[in-house]
Amino acid sequence: MTGPVSAIGVGLAAIAAGLGIGLIGSNAVQGIARQPEATKQINGAMILAAALVEGVAIIGMVLSFLIK
Amino acid sequence: MLLFSLSLHAEEATPAQECEKKEDVSSVVVEHIMNHVADANENHIATIKDGEHETHISMPLPCILYSKATGNWSVFMSSVFHHAPNGIHEGYKMEHGRVVDAQTGNRDTFFDFSITKNVFNMLLGFTILAIVFFTVKKAYDKRPGQAPRGLQGFMEVFIEFITEDIAKPNLGNKYESFLPYLIGLFFFILINNLLGLIPFLGNINSSGNISFTLVLAVFSLILINVNGNKDYWKHIFAMPGVPKWVLIILVPVEVMGILIKPAVLMLRLFGNITGGHITILAIAGLIFIMGNLGTSVGGAAAGGLIAFPVLLFVNAMELFVAFLQAYVFTLLTAIFIGAAIEEHHHAEEHH
Repeated sequence: MTGPVSAIGVGLAAIAAGLGIGLIGSNAVQGIARQPEATKQINGAMILAAALVEGVAIIGMVLSFLIK
Repeated sequence: MLLFSLSLHAEEATPAQECEKKEDVSSVVVEHIMNHVADANENHIATIKDGEHETHISMPLPCILYSKATGNWSVFMSSVFHHAPNGIHEGYKMEHGRVVDAQTGNRDTFFDFSITKNVFNMLLGFTILAIVFFTVKKAYDKRPGQAPRGLQGFMEVFIEFITEDIAKPNLGNKYESFLPYLIGLFFFILINNLLGLIPFLGNINSSGNISFTLVLAVFSLILINVNGNKDYWKHIFAMPGVPKWVLIILVPVEVMGILIKPAVLMLRLFGNITGGHITILAIAGLIFIMGNLGTSVGGAAAGGLIAFPVLLFVNAMELFVAFLQAYVFTLLTAIFIGAAIEEHHHAEEHH
């Protein structure tokens, strides 16, 4: 986290991950609204997908620590 | 436990520390945050400033150092530095809680096998888990076949969750042989995440340390690849139903995938916990930035007023993240193992 360049990088990674997790969340809620009986499976799939998307933001953050 | 009893010592404020005050306030805060996130050879709890005197409250931890140049082992408690002349003991000195070479001032001339604050926290976590699990085991021995009670019932919720929601759906009928690893993984990550959130326990950040997550990821890597069956390796080196020329591109990607899966596991846990700690400390640092390091009381009060609700919210969120990351690490490990041991009956249809 040194300098403005890595800060911009973290911001971009956060935007991408935010969009991704937002899409996952909205579609999961829509899915649950349509089929409440599938809530359990949708929840599991949602957390898994969110974790994978979030990995991108985390990698961006870790790289910002490394790049000076 | 006497060994780790708190030590109090006072030292005069040096001119260097006086200069620090005139520096940019936010850079001081950032330095404090980075010192917190890094590992240290002592468990620093608080510094109380009273005019010229600084009282450090810290828990001394054993240092085990091996000098590359002389081949000598040095074993001592980190508290020796506070009483040693010039702060130098056996050619080592302490800088920001970290043992460094007294001559060169860096850490590449010796190997550090010390019980650092993160190792200490891990051992603390081990002890807590051992006590909890042995208590639960005793409860099962004492009242077999009866409804669980107290702590036993509390732990049963977690273990049943791991068995029913993580192991069984992903590992199929072979889930029992992987269950001990998954349960151990879940509780070990969870206890370290939770201990890291307790303030004044001594700046602990062990699950936000990349070596900690690296070791767990390597365990998962070994477990995935050792248990991988013929189909798993066939899908890496000779994906069925794919033209030969595509394999030239596909095989390197798949081989990289073997390492990328645990590498992302490692980075996710490290990044989440470190990021959470940095966020909490940065918000707490708002008080010191707005209060201009104690010179403006009104600013500090305003900063505290802003920081308090935000801090409460972020701490609550980190409590959730502590559980979520333990769950995600265990779930993904189970999914990867499950994919490696899965029997493919129609190999042509799968990609």
